[in-house]
Amino acid sequence: MSSSTSVRTDDPPAVVLTGITKRFPGVVANSDVHLTVRRGEVHALCGENGAGKSTLMKILYGMQPPDEGTIEVNGEQVRFRTPSDAIKAGIGMVHQHFMLADNLTVQENVVLGAEALHGIGQKARKRIIELSGRTGLNVDPGVLVEQLGVADRQRVEILKVLYRGAKVIILDEPTAVLVPQEVNELFDTVRGMQAQGYTFLFISHKLDEVRAIADSVTVIRRGTTVGSADPKTVSSRQLAEMMVGSELPSPETRESTVTDTVVLDVKGLKLLTPDGSRPILDDIDLVVRSGEVVGIAGVEGNGQTELVETIMGMRKAGSGTITLQGNDLTKLGTLARREAGIGYIPEDRHRHGLLLTQPLWYNRILGYQTRKPASKGIWLDTDGAKKDTERIVTEFDVRTPGIDVPAAALSGGNQQKLVVGRELSGDPVLLIASHPTRGVDVGAQALIWDEIKRARAAGLAVLLISADLDELIGLSDTIKVMLRGRLVADADPSTVTPEDLGSAMTGAGSTSAAVQETAVVEEGEN
Amino acid sequence: MGNLRGKLLPPALAIVFSMLLCGVALVISGANPFSAFGAMVTQVGKGSTLVDIINSTGIYYIAALAVAIGFQMNLFNIGVEGQYRVAAVVAAVVGGSIALPPGIHTLVIIVVGALAGAAWAAIPAILKVTRGVNEVISTIMMNGLAIGLSAYLIRRDVFGELRGNNIRTPEIPESGWMPGISFGGGGTMFGFLFVAIALGVGYWIMMNRTRFGFELRASGESATAASAGGVNAKKMILVSMLLSGAIAGLIGLPEMLGRDHTFSLNFTAGIGFSGIAIALLGRNHPGGIAFGALLWAFLDKSGLALDNVGVPREIVTIMQGSIVLSVVVAYEVVRRVELAAEQRRVGRELGTVGGAA
Repeated sequence: MSSSTSVRTDDPPAVVLTGITKRFPGVVANSDVHLTVRRGEVHALCGENGAGKSTLMKILYGMQPPDEGTIEVNGEQVRFRTPSDAIKAGIGMVHQHFMLADNLTVQENVVLGAEALHGIGQKARKRIIELSGRTGLNVDPGVLVEQLGVADRQRVEILKVLYRGAKVIILDEPTAVLVPQEVNELFDTVRGMQAQGYTFLFISHKLDEVRAIADSVTVIRRGTTVGSADPKTVSSRQLAEMMVGSELPSPETRESTVTDTVVLDVKGLKLLTPDGSRPILDDIDLVVRSGEVVGIAGVEGNGQTELVETIMGMRKAGSGTITLQGNDLTKLGTLARREAGIGYIPEDRHRHGLLLTQPLWYNRILGYQTRKPASKGIWLDTDGAKKDTERIVTEFDVRTPGIDVPAAALSGGNQQKLVVGRELSGDPVLLIASHPTRGVDVGAQALIWDEIKRARAAGLAVLLISADLDELIGLSDTIKVMLRGRLVADADPSTVTPEDLGSAMTGAGSTSAAVQETAVVEEGEN
Repeated sequence: MGNLRGKLLPPALAIVFSMLLCGVALVISGANPFSAFGAMVTQVGKGSTLVDIINSTGIYYIAALAVAIGFQMNLFNIGVEGQYRVAAVVAAVVGGSIALPPGIHTLVIIVVGALAGAAWAAIPAILKVTRGVNEVISTIMMNGLAIGLSAYLIRRDVFGELRGNNIRTPEIPESGWMPGISFGGGGTMFGFLFVAIALGVGYWIMMNRTRFGFELRASGESATAASAGGVNAKKMILVSMLLSGAIAGLIGLPEMLGRDHTFSLNFTAGIGFSGIAIALLGRNHPGGIAFGALLWAFLDKSGLALDNVGVPREIVTIMQGSIVLSVVVAYEVVRRVELAAEQRRVGRELGTVGGAA
């Protein structure tokens, strides 16, 4: 798959990191990291979430100085104080979260901050057109970025670093936002640019992708490099075990526990944009039964967030009904819905799940302020809350020195375990889990999967929203595909592949018998 | 303990810093800072200054509590000033026009004051909940209206009467007064101080031990997390604003029930604004607010001595302003340092950075 012809071994390596150490509060830092990237290769840096990949790349990109160790670029030792030093040395970075201004054109976005290079006029435009061919971007530089899709936005990001003269390009989790088809296009772009002499540092924890694109792989675990591998001979399983240092967890659920008891019944749910012009949710019908995990697949921004927030009562539905175990929730507020037995793992635990500066036990109360063990009548029961927090910390393996530390002091995985533990307390009948393992380490991921599976076996109904298609397919009993605010297709998790799901998610139509279209989306509608 | 140090260090630093700043200002204006500060300290022992400071502390304390309740959920109730003015005039009019047995009469005046304050605060609260009107703007405008309304209410053709050169509401009969503790030449301590202390205790219990306090703090810390946790934001805005207004309605009562027995043109203004500064100084904590109120009252009352040593009294205002500014900065700096230290501590105890050492 990968072309190793353009990798030159006689030249000095493009980048050499030697003995990089970075001490960093609370999370895994880098300790004695060694990394050699040869010129013209695609070098993958693998490691689970929180292993220290991003820190290492921030050091290489001059965003943070290392405490110890040296960086060499093209055989010369360098010291980066700011990203602009790194850019001058020919290193560019494409961040996982795009840093583009939607209301500016492609050209304006590219030129922004680099006006000194080719001005902002025709010269810049010519240069951009010249470079966009290399990234596979086929749009006029005068187009607004808000009109571009995710894949094109990513190309604009790559274009930005090329424009600044980068020869070594760091791609930080570039496929996280792409559906499988777009991933393939990205890889074509990368291979094309590699042939033109560019060097890539490809950061990922998705092993199949790493094996498909990389010429060499370096694995990082708990902040240090644990070894390199040849992607052509190593298996995904071997790589994963290097990353984790032990056996790999799997989301797979064994036998079905689905019952006939309907827990959540959503009928004809509609939600309009605040100005009332356009539906965000359009006529959603959804049933979740006891012991069933219903997964919602969809490209982000197609209404999944709004669906969850409407079911939780955080948004007011325009029409439709929401019934939980036969009780009509439609007119109730969030608290009453929670009391009726809904547990909620929000997609953004910092914004919606936690009070970051408050201690863990105080966070235990959030959402449960009217119920035991957190309160008695109008009074808080701080002793009860503390005791129950101790239980969650033990049962859910939250790694913390105590329950009095502020939530912000924990790592993402431990924060999430606390949230999951809290939401599974108080005997919920329905759990709404939005991206329950996003941004957490493999250990926490395995634990969260196990807990969801255990609760499902005990009769919990689960509505799962996830961008991780493997997680979605592995955990769900039923998958529904969401597109432009509608549930457009059903998929059978026992037979569907991520690629099938991917094409259904983009509206490309059903390509497999495992995906059954349930609604037709007319293109002329918008 | 690091936690306590984190709470006490910033105000201590801020006070030292602002004393230095004022010292510099004094030197520039040609005065001796040591004799000025000395005069302020010795003033405390003279005449009724000490009791005046304590009385003033109580009033400031109530004002700062009223502001702090709003601050707890990021509501900026600038309208405390207007709320207590309207409440005072309404309480004075009602108190002066009814006859009830002692005790009950006083209680009725207090309740009327609280209700009037809450009613005045209800207007911006309802505007915010139903129409999204920013409470900063609406309460400032309500302050302007309050001045006009109170002036109207004490007109002689409305509820007021002329006594000497002063227009005032009819005097409250003795059954409605609140007795104080007399120190003879040292002045009289307002009985209302005990109400202030009770309010402080009640405030602490409410914030730390009740569901309502939890919801209030959660809303202030993260409105999004609170709403996901089932806290009704609109209800919280309404209730906290009404509560803030009700407490604001008590600010004018210590002087009215303990000394003046009427609302007149001599009514003490500006306490609501001082309350904002003191709530900031005390970080919305009942203990911190008590300390801030005491400091404020001390600066106010002993600042009077500065005229005797030929120093402009306004230096006190500079000091008050610089204390608030530097306290806000100092708290933020200490907060960030402490959070980083806490994260490091957690990291160390879990061994995640152990390998790097």
